[in-house]
Amino acid sequence: MMAYIARRLLYAIPILIGVNLITFVLFFMVNSPDDMARAQLGAKQTTPEMIASWKAERGYDKPLFFNAEAPGLVKFSDTLFVEQSLKLFVFDFGKSDAGRDIGADISERMWPSLQIALPTFAIGLITTITLALLIVLFRGTALDTGAMVIAVMIMSISGLFYIIAGQVLFSKILHWVPISGYESGWDGIKFVILPVLIGVFAGLGAGTRWYRSIFLEEINRDYVRTARAKGLSEMQVLFKHVLRNGMLPILTGVVVVIPGLFMGSLIMESFFGIPGLGSYMIDAINAQDFAIVKAMVFFGAVLYIVGLILTDISYTLFDPRVRLS
Amino acid sequence: MIWLLVVALGLWGWTISRSPQVKAQWIAIFRSKIAMSSAIILLFYLSIALLDSLHFRLALPNQTAGQAVQYSGQTTSVLDLVFNEIRNQTERTYSAPFALKEHSTSIIKDEAGLVQQVHLPLTHAGSHLDSAQARNQDILLKSLWAVFLAWLISKALISLHIYWRARVAKISWWQQAGLVVKGQTDLPWRTAYLTFSLALISLGWLYLLGHYYHVLGTDKVGGDVLYQSFKSVRTGVLIGVLTTLVMLPLALILGISAGLFRGWVDDVIQYLYTTLNSIPGILLIAASVLVMQTIISNHPEWFETATERADICLLVLVLILGLTSWTGLCRLLRAETLKISQVEYVTAARAFGVSRFKIIGRHILPNVMHIVLIAVVLDFSALVLAEAVLSYVGVGVDPTMHSWGNMINQARLEMAREPMVWWSLLSAFIFMFILVLAANLFSDRVQRVLDPKNN
Repeated sequence: MMAYIARRLLYAIPILIGVNLITFVLFFMVNSPDDMARAQLGAKQTTPEMIASWKAERGYDKPLFFNAEAPGLVKFSDTLFVEQSLKLFVFDFGKSDAGRDIGADISERMWPSLQIALPTFAIGLITTITLALLIVLFRGTALDTGAMVIAVMIMSISGLFYIIAGQVLFSKILHWVPISGYESGWDGIKFVILPVLIGVFAGLGAGTRWYRSIFLEEINRDYVRTARAKGLSEMQVLFKHVLRNGMLPILTGVVVVIPGLFMGSLIMESFFGIPGLGSYMIDAINAQDFAIVKAMVFFGAVLYIVGLILTDISYTLFDPRVRLS
Repeated sequence: MIWLLVVALGLWGWTISRSPQVKAQWIAIFRSKIAMSSAIILLFYLSIALLDSLHFRLALPNQTAGQAVQYSGQTTSVLDLVFNEIRNQTERTYSAPFALKEHSTSIIKDEAGLVQQVHLPLTHAGSHLDSAQARNQDILLKSLWAVFLAWLISKALISLHIYWRARVAKISWWQQAGLVVKGQTDLPWRTAYLTFSLALISLGWLYLLGHYYHVLGTDKVGGDVLYQSFKSVRTGVLIGVLTTLVMLPLALILGISAGLFRGWVDDVIQYLYTTLNSIPGILLIAASVLVMQTIISNHPEWFETATERADICLLVLVLILGLTSWTGLCRLLRAETLKISQVEYVTAARAFGVSRFKIIGRHILPNVMHIVLIAVVLDFSALVLAEAVLSYVGVGVDPTMHSWGNMINQARLEMAREPMVWWSLLSAFIFMFILVLAANLFSDRVQRVLDPKNN
């Protein structure tokens, strides 16, 4: 098991290098360090010396991929790309182009993101699975058809609509919760409720449909027939046997996203004014702050790979037939 | 560009009609009433998009004979011509649907020199009315007239179609019509006709009343929201269709070769899609779009007109979306190809020395087509919705381009206004909802018919 995880972590390295390469190429294709320095220093009267010192301060003064002046293999290693990537691998995100410490920013903004994302995920998962099982219980009836039509309709409405309609209804008309904002601790719960509820509702359609199809596939298996033959009630069959066996395909899709919850939701956070990682990214994109975008891309990629590994591990926990080697 | 697409679709349709099995599958799809009506709705959207894609530059008026014809800098599409009057009926600022006065108050001095806050009357809405009281009655009359007219047109077109069907079936018009009314035709033509008339009637109503009122209100600078919503159809449809077209060959080629050739090819392709997948999607798109925007704004000399630039922006966006979204389908195709290449008839074909390409063409492609089709229709609706989100983040289509995302984005800033400006938002959402709902329902049916698991 440990050997397997260690090997998976080794596999992750080339992937992370690839991720870095992509972001690196994308940004420096149009934005050479000189352009960045000029943009950050302001357009007026930038002397070559100022640019040089700005670049030296942030370590942008090396060549991009190939250092012709250095000897031997160092030609490749003493470059901006290697320098910047190596730092990321030890999670040293460095300073943003505007001069703030990215590592500190990320660890500070992670918690507000999590406060929204985690309840949305947990409540959403439980409600959709329960709903799907209930619909499966009534399969083939008008209730099933009706529920599926509603599910498709929920899926077809833009997520932005839910957010805007929710804000207007609950905050502007009913005045139940504040329209946006954030506070840490338990006082902040009034800010969290609405985004969580909207997030859960928006995911209801797609989730229910997906779980329903998984459960429907299970329901025709032999063990279900055996369970019924034993005289178990339909509820018992569903919630004990079908649910457990359906967990495996559900896990594949669900566990991957758990680490990603740290990243927060771009749109939710910017609509509700939550100082999480999602709004951090939007700000960085708008300010064209390469250092932050690069750090966030790397962070996201690491979380995704962790999610993949967790998926494999969770298989061994839920399905004794699976052995990792 | 988009016309090439139509030709390709036509060719595809022709090949389908030649193969009896595939044809039977399609007929099975359309046997469902829901699939039939959603297909008709999709067709309506598609034809609006097509009308809007036929653009040209109008010749400028007042030209002296003998000179080379001068063209205006703005391109106009057929849809623009159809909506010419509605397009030009701009007001000063916001007004609610069917309103006769502006939404916000303005301060004016009356004759006595007193400063007053009043809602100024609109210049184009209801200008034919004598008094504001006559409005409701007028709307009712005009609506009845519009509905009647559209109903007549739809009836005429439907009877033409019945005539054609009757000719094919070699029965009289009345017999065919009787079958339709009783719902005894093989394909649910009754539902189809009903959907068609309903769609045509609502279009006709919106269009005719649009000449007298701002049916869906006006936006900040007084533009008609109805016209904007219709213009946005093209953007949404183009993004949905073109992106899948960019993504499809990539996913097909890479997915099938990974599954078939295995070894290092498989390793490289797997590495590629894991890498792309591990970058948070929206960040990747945002970064690429920002890069492209910088390039485009640094080279203004590449484009002749603003429309052309907006179109190029759209194409680039489509390219980026395509390049970032092929991974999911690729993985599915790889897994399926792995499975199929183990099947006996493929092994047999290989033993006989059939070339790899022939194996792909004859055995693998037809067997993965259902996955591709389902993925394409599902992606289409996801992309239409994604456009709105991307425009909101600021990395969507050109801000000058009409799109639902831009409409939502602009209207969002007015949320705090009292009383609220809701009509732009709502019309964008409804136009989007109908399109996505139709696509989703259609894909549902496609899935049910084509997925071998369900048979």
